[in-house]
Amino acid sequence: MLKISETDEIVFAPELITKFNEIVSRYPEGKQKSALLPILHLVQAEYGWVSTAAMDKVAEYLHLKPIEVYEVATFYTMFFLKPLGKYVLEVCRTGPCHIVGAEKIMKHIEQKLGVREGEVTADGLFSWRGVECLAACGMAPVLQIGPEYTYYENLTEAKVDELIDSLRLTTAEKPQIN
Amino acid sequence: MGRKLLLEHINVPGINTFEVYRQKGGYRAVEKALKSLSPEDVVEEVKKSGLRGRGGAGFPTGMKWSFLAKPEGKPRYLVCNGDESEPGTFKDRYLMTHIPHLLIEGMIVSSYALGANTSYIYVRGEMMPQIRILEKAIAEAKNAGFLGKNILGSGFDLELYVQPGGGAYICGEETALIESLEGKRGNPRIKPPFPAISGLYNCPTVVNNVESIAATVPIINDGGEEYAKIGIGRSTGTKLISASGNLNRPGVYEIELGVPVEEFIYSEEYCGGIANGKRLKAVVAGGSSVPILPTNLILKTVNGESRLMTYESLADGGFASGTMLGSGGFIAYDEDQCIVRNTWNFSRFYHHESCGQCSPCREGTGWMEKVLHRLEYGHGKLSDIDLLVDVSKKIEGNTICPLGDAAAWPVASAIRHFRDEFEWHVTNPQEAMTRNYGLAHYADPLPKVEPVTAS
Ligand SMILES: Cc1cc2nc3c(=O)[nH]c(=O)nc-3n(C[C@H](O)[C@H](O)[C@H](O)COP(=O)(O)O)c2cc1C
Ligand code: SF4
Repeated sequence: MLKISETDEIVFAPELITKFNEIVSRYPEGKQKSALLPILHLVQAEYGWVSTAAMDKVAEYLHLKPIEVYEVATFYTMFFLKPLGKYVLEVCRTGPCHIVGAEKIMKHIEQKLGVREGEVTADGLFSWRGVECLAACGMAPVLQIGPEYTYYENLTEAKVDELIDSLRLTTAEKPQIN
Repeated sequence: MGRKLLLEHINVPGINTFEVYRQKGGYRAVEKALKSLSPEDVVEEVKKSGLRGRGGAGFPTGMKWSFLAKPEGKPRYLVCNGDESEPGTFKDRYLMTHIPHLLIEGMIVSSYALGANTSYIYVRGEMMPQIRILEKAIAEAKNAGFLGKNILGSGFDLELYVQPGGGAYICGEETALIESLEGKRGNPRIKPPFPAISGLYNCPTVVNNVESIAATVPIINDGGEEYAKIGIGRSTGTKLISASGNLNRPGVYEIELGVPVEEFIYSEEYCGGIANGKRLKAVVAGGSSVPILPTNLILKTVNGESRLMTYESLADGGFASGTMLGSGGFIAYDEDQCIVRNTWNFSRFYHHESCGQCSPCREGTGWMEKVLHRLEYGHGKLSDIDLLVDVSKKIEGNTICPLGDAAAWPVASAIRHFRDEFEWHVTNPQEAMTRNYGLAHYADPLPKVEPVTAS
């Protein structure tokens, strides 16, 4: 499902470069490093994860040393440094979600998908993991799915089933073109 | 019904669009400020309002603004803190989702006051939907002439951008946020220099919470003095409270500061009581970082006075018997909740989120998580309880940023107030795996304090 493997060469599409340029224009002259996080988000949205080859290209584009990109990508938890499923269910596991059933929801997802935290289903469609507080504590339990990071709130096991089934269906209807 | 200054129009259909927001009186504060007030006047109004930072620390906003250095030839920056990652807090996300123009309007007024011509709203990356909402709102405001060059013919220019974070609680700390906005790891800086002197790109910078910035709109519209009439003492105005946990009606509530805690929890106007007919065991009143209190101490101070939702009343009794208003993240725990488990959960959070620069925080949070884990899972020793207190004391005050304290306080306060529940986990490990300690005596009325007479 993912568009690239670990070893693939990366060539950013012109449309992507246009977006990068717009981002860089938000900061003062010479401060283009500020564009790093927004650009890494775009890269992950495009390729599904952030490979070393992609980070090298970002470094080249922003005139940074590759290490400056690696140290940032490894610090922030949202960037996937290895390929995961097309849909990554990120379930809040912190305090307020925890006391109203987040653990049960995670267990249910694990059973339904048949993979452990951080793994990928055989069809390449799904992964899941626990994350820290998503700022939706009043609508707990909650999960979100990138790259749009849509929030799914007040979760129940039935709602999770419905969500996973509908994502499967959407993908079946619109086959991914690699 | 309490007055609503921020959420008054929250239920108006389409209030998230420029048109409807404007129809409801939106952007009047920008017109008033840019046409009839000097930047210094705006700062003065905010000072008069008594507004205190809504991000957690409660530092007076007007005073913070007056510290901003103004060296010749250097730009100044206003950065809005929309990182909102403190467990229990979700008011900023709510505000940005439903009434984004209020934040944009506040950003224009505040940038004008500070003389900032480029301002950033830093929003945690997980809130990508809110980032899109804000970007749309900015485009609409720009289209209507409220952003860009020479706004309303006043000669004031402002460009406003939204910056995504990457998933890191520590980036809510203002100097870590600045590092992150510069495209670096979110490692807090050693202060001084304070951001007011040297912040973003080494230029003078003010960092303010989303709600603080939004509150400048009613302050400018109605005047600082009007705003200061709401509330009690040094807790002026209204505050957004994020209510979560075992409540009948969790959600975001705008309260006039001074509402009694008991009323907030039980009245129909607010949370409507504890869910499923259960009894209340404990409350974390201001986000995960503030001390947890048992029911008897959250409803009343040790002097038997009713506790109010104000900075002062919640802090009454210091850390011995009080807590803090913090970010207003109000988490209610019913009688079925396990305090040991909750404390372990919070410790895991802080361990996960420590940036790792300071050894007491990096190592101490990991150590506390491990010890709490073994207490929760029936392998603890009685000495572990004092060990936790010891580790928490060694973190507190010994780190670059307050995350260390924030990790230490929940542990120290849980043991202070719920020590017998921790001991029970050690003495009854088998039983602790199958049932909870329950409400025990935590809601019992406190014994009267005898006045100490000098002899
Ligand atoms: C670990 C840590 C996390 C923080 N997270 C936030 C946050 O998510 N949002 C926020 O506004 N302030 C947060 N703060 C407080 C900020 O450092 C800063 O005081 C605040 O943004 C100032 O704005 P205010 O004066 O308007 O409250 C955090 C502080 C610390 C130490
Ligand atoms: S206290 Fe913790 S989070 Fe703060 S700078 Fe030190 S290691 Fe980083």
